[in-house]
Amino acid sequence: MVFPYYVNPEQMTQDKREFARKGIARGKSIVTLEYDGGILLLAENPFKLSKIGEIYDRIAFAGVGKFSEFDRLRKMGVQWADVEGYRFSRDDVRGKALANLYSQAIGEEFNRSIKPFEVEIVVAEVGDPQFAGHEANALYEMDFEGTIQDRIGFCVIGGSDDAMRSHMASNFRPGLPLGDALRLGRDTLQRAENASPDLAPESLEACLLERERRRRKFRRLSADDVRGLLAA
Amino acid sequence: MRFRDGYNGSSFMELLEIEYPHLLPNWDRLFAAAATGELRGVAHGTTVIALRFAEGAMVAGDRLAISEYRVASRDIEKVFATDDYSLMAVAGAAGPAMEMARLLGIQFEHHEKIEGEALELEGKANTLAHLIRQNLPAAMQGLVVVPIFAGFDRRRRMGRIWRYEVTGGRYEEKEYDSVGSGALFARESLKKSFRPGASRDEVLRMVVEALADAADEDRGTGGVDSVRGIYPRVKTCTSRGIEEISDERVAEVHQSILAGRRRPAE
Repeated sequence: MVFPYYVNPEQMTQDKREFARKGIARGKSIVTLEYDGGILLLAENPFKLSKIGEIYDRIAFAGVGKFSEFDRLRKMGVQWADVEGYRFSRDDVRGKALANLYSQAIGEEFNRSIKPFEVEIVVAEVGDPQFAGHEANALYEMDFEGTIQDRIGFCVIGGSDDAMRSHMASNFRPGLPLGDALRLGRDTLQRAENASPDLAPESLEACLLERERRRRKFRRLSADDVRGLLAA
Repeated sequence: MRFRDGYNGSSFMELLEIEYPHLLPNWDRLFAAAATGELRGVAHGTTVIALRFAEGAMVAGDRLAISEYRVASRDIEKVFATDDYSLMAVAGAAGPAMEMARLLGIQFEHHEKIEGEALELEGKANTLAHLIRQNLPAAMQGLVVVPIFAGFDRRRRMGRIWRYEVTGGRYEEKEYDSVGSGALFARESLKKSFRPGASRDEVLRMVVEALADAADEDRGTGGVDSVRGIYPRVKTCTSRGIEEISDERVAEVHQSILAGRRRPAE
């Protein structure tokens, strides 16, 4: 007699979680925080492949973990946003809807496939003072299981982030100027277990969602921009 | 949103074709409607001009749209920024032309976001040729969209312009071009006034004069409507990006051209 192959779902879920956590912990972290002119996304990344990207006018994406997986998620987000904006209007593309879609896609992958995604992602949406009802910023954080969290002020994704999160929590205050936000972000990244103790501007990937910019508010900072802002 | 088997390229138009075909403009239906003569009354835009100058490219268009022999709109836009360094100007059926400009703008932005780098100007010009080819069946029935594409090539540091024909053929112009019902007159005017490497003020005068000449001879081209305060739209594309010349400045140039032509009543 052949016995059907049985796996305890609790055990399996636990194994998948452990697997995903291990994968993510190997990579570097990303911090996202609000400053007085919008939102700053900052990653330790000396390479040319980006971890932070533009999704739409007011929305940016950041991902940690396995590059091929979070980059595919980023592209899916861009596709969704551009189709939504084409079908309806540019103002109809909202961060919350995108975060929900991501959460479902990642959650489904976790449940259905043997190997879950080894990623954590952030969807950041900057508020627009011209746009009634959408003046406030929004930060959505999604883990490898698809669990979605709505963060206020800042969020930290990546493996060894406890020390980072507590540093951020005790030093963050609303309305920081950009230079201060960038310094706080860098100091936070330097507290990761696997980080270099002194991060040069060249090894930082820094992007902004600038509230006052018209239409596409996303801007990538060059190493020179970062150096200037850190020194100021 | 599908992770595994969804479209994974950088083209927004291909994404629509493969995953959202119902959202694409239905050229076949337009073709059928045009063949039965149902579309005779659609709005048509008239004269647009593009030319190269020292800093880049200048693109201009009158503001009139006509439907058969009547005015459809007096202040229509025919010159569109498709991104920070390119402009598209259209003559012909206004509805499909505007849709084309919108689709083109999204295509450029989509590619830039997916790939992390903007298309080269030549790549952008080719993308437009592809859109026009798709529009071919409708064009054969008279629903013609004839664009000019102009931009600043950041690699070669110069302005470039392209004209198209309904088959999707694409030709780069070294000096100037014009399309639309008054194009013949505008080109005749530019033939006399154009000079390579002219300054911004000089080309502005050429452009306004060419549009005035076109409006003078062609009833489909709108001139300056000083009663309603409607002036031709003039935009430039240079290393600084896209800039629009103010109505006041266009009015001033137009006045000085008229002053030289005015004659006393007989």
